[in-house]
Amino acid sequence: MALGLSRGMALADARAICPDLATRPADLAREAAALASLRRWASRYAPMVASDGPDGLMADISGVPHLFGGEADLRDDLQARLERAGLAATSAIAGTRGAAHALARHGGGIIPDGQLQQGLGRLPITALRIDHDTAAGLARVGLTRIRDLLPLPRAPLARRFGQGLVMRLDQALGQHAEPVAAEPDAPHFGVRMTLPDPIGLQSDVMAGLERLLDRLCAKLAATRMGARRVRLELRRVDRGVVLVEIGLARPMRDPTRIAALFAKGVDDIDAGFGIDAVRLTAPVVEPLAPEQIGGSTVRHEDALADLLSSLGNRIGFDRVLRLLPADSLIPERSQIIAPAAYSAPQTQPRHKGPSRPITLFAPEPVTTASGHPPNHFRWRRMRFTTLRAMGPERITPEWWFDDPAWRSGLRDYWRVETQEGPRLWLFVTPQAHSADWPAPTEGKNWPAPAGGKNWPAPAGGKNWYVQGEFA
Amino acid sequence: MRFETSSGDPFSLLKRRVHEAEGRGRRAFAGFQAARHVGPLIWIIPAHMPEILMLRGLPQGVGERLHLLRPTNETDLLWCVEETLRAAPVGLVIAEPSQPLSLTAGRRFQLAAEAGGTTGLMLIQTDAGSNATESRWHCEPQASDADSTLHRWTLKKNKRGTLGNWVVNWNGATTAFHMVSAAGERHQPAGQAR
Repeated sequence: MALGLSRGMALADARAICPDLATRPADLAREAAALASLRRWASRYAPMVASDGPDGLMADISGVPHLFGGEADLRDDLQARLERAGLAATSAIAGTRGAAHALARHGGGIIPDGQLQQGLGRLPITALRIDHDTAAGLARVGLTRIRDLLPLPRAPLARRFGQGLVMRLDQALGQHAEPVAAEPDAPHFGVRMTLPDPIGLQSDVMAGLERLLDRLCAKLAATRMGARRVRLELRRVDRGVVLVEIGLARPMRDPTRIAALFAKGVDDIDAGFGIDAVRLTAPVVEPLAPEQIGGSTVRHEDALADLLSSLGNRIGFDRVLRLLPADSLIPERSQIIAPAAYSAPQTQPRHKGPSRPITLFAPEPVTTASGHPPNHFRWRRMRFTTLRAMGPERITPEWWFDDPAWRSGLRDYWRVETQEGPRLWLFVTPQAHSADWPAPTEGKNWPAPAGGKNWPAPAGGKNWYVQGEFA
Repeated sequence: MRFETSSGDPFSLLKRRVHEAEGRGRRAFAGFQAARHVGPLIWIIPAHMPEILMLRGLPQGVGERLHLLRPTNETDLLWCVEETLRAAPVGLVIAEPSQPLSLTAGRRFQLAAEAGGTTGLMLIQTDAGSNATESRWHCEPQASDADSTLHRWTLKKNKRGTLGNWVVNWNGATTAFHMVSAAGERHQPAGQAR
């Protein structure tokens, strides 16, 4: 500041003035979050605290200062606490919102009751929350301080510089009401309970959990939300904290059904010398509209969702899956395997064209294949003789994806029925003539055959692979 | 507890019981049974198995009702089977255990199926089943010069009825199937035509 830097200055100008300036990009989201938490803290001084632009807070302290021993003591207390927290802030107390805003951005301080005109007079006109053009226009006619404006007649002022200037001036002087509009707090889905005596029995914990769940679900119902994850924190006497967290297959706010999912987690916890505080939060919530209760289909869906929840909590929600159709001819990409908790069932469109196998696996090379399609071949250490072969069905790779498995070019798929019974889905890669095409690098996807190298091209120039088995 | 006896259809699995299928064609048999059961279907395949189901190869109407579970170990698989059998809304539970089923596990499955009113079908390795099973099917795809969708389904064990051996023509898409009459061998010479 001493060098002449100011807010809103271009970076190049600032660098020209102060070459060794340390700069950091602004993280507006985190600044807003920090301001929101500061706003929550500032509610200790006033019932109504609103954020004032991106960098300020505005509190309506009517009727509050005597609790702190007067306005000056209140401001000192606020400044001392902010300083202790490591925050450099300027604060001002004035009779109107506009005056407090102006003073806080120009040095801070207190304007006593009834002395608004004197207190504001020395401030520059830009403190009045007017736009840049108006301020420049006023400066051009020689009006730079608020006290220059005060004796001027209103009508010419409004005609020349717009109603905005007059309104801001009236707001600063208290002739135009401007209440502090505190925005509502985002609903917080957490409840807690402290216990007079430590508890250790599982049934006691479950009873406490049920009471908390009733309150949490009432909160959720009031805001029409449903919990997707619920976390139970148990504070032990020795200050240790035990966490039990469950997931839900769909948004839910039914206390008894959520409590049932906690039974296993509560069974495993170590209560130590006892638990004296319980806290229940819903970290992940989703909108859940009120719905009809009862009816067989609803009960049916609820029961299935409960089953998926309990399965997901034991084996992981990424292992409770659903098959969804996808729009691709590549066998591996013709379906999406999606977690059942985060997807809805889709009806498979009616399939036309050649039939598909019931099971699909990574391509496994066949050995000692003879003929096209092979008359005899070995696969998984079994010998097969072809009875009938249907095909080929030619599938070309999707060039817009670089799939290492499909680098060998197009594939001709055959349905091969064997004398031995199994009906296999074989394919040949006619474009992969040489054995030195780049082998796929992802060894984890393809089981390495006994040859050592990943997916070696079988001898004989023909690369036959089995990829599926028909019903 | 009385169970309703099976009707004339030889392939209808007894409700509220757990059955077993083995052989190469056991997945086809499971797909056939899945198409014949109403309600949500659960198919439990261990995570280490390379084979996955192909949606377009499954019979009609099965894909959207199917839930796939992929537990990492055998204990979780058995737990999943028991939990899903005990859940009332499920129509059919199909599981592919990779280790032989113990008598205890088989008995627990039967109790869970009775409690939940669901039907179970274990796709076991050959001779790795449990003695508590209600019925055991041996399923093999069969080659034929004329037809490409033949299956030989043999009922090896049946607690409530006779054994049997059927050759079935099932195309893998619907619940419809056709019995193929076995070509009998004639032991006596045919009578003289008059």
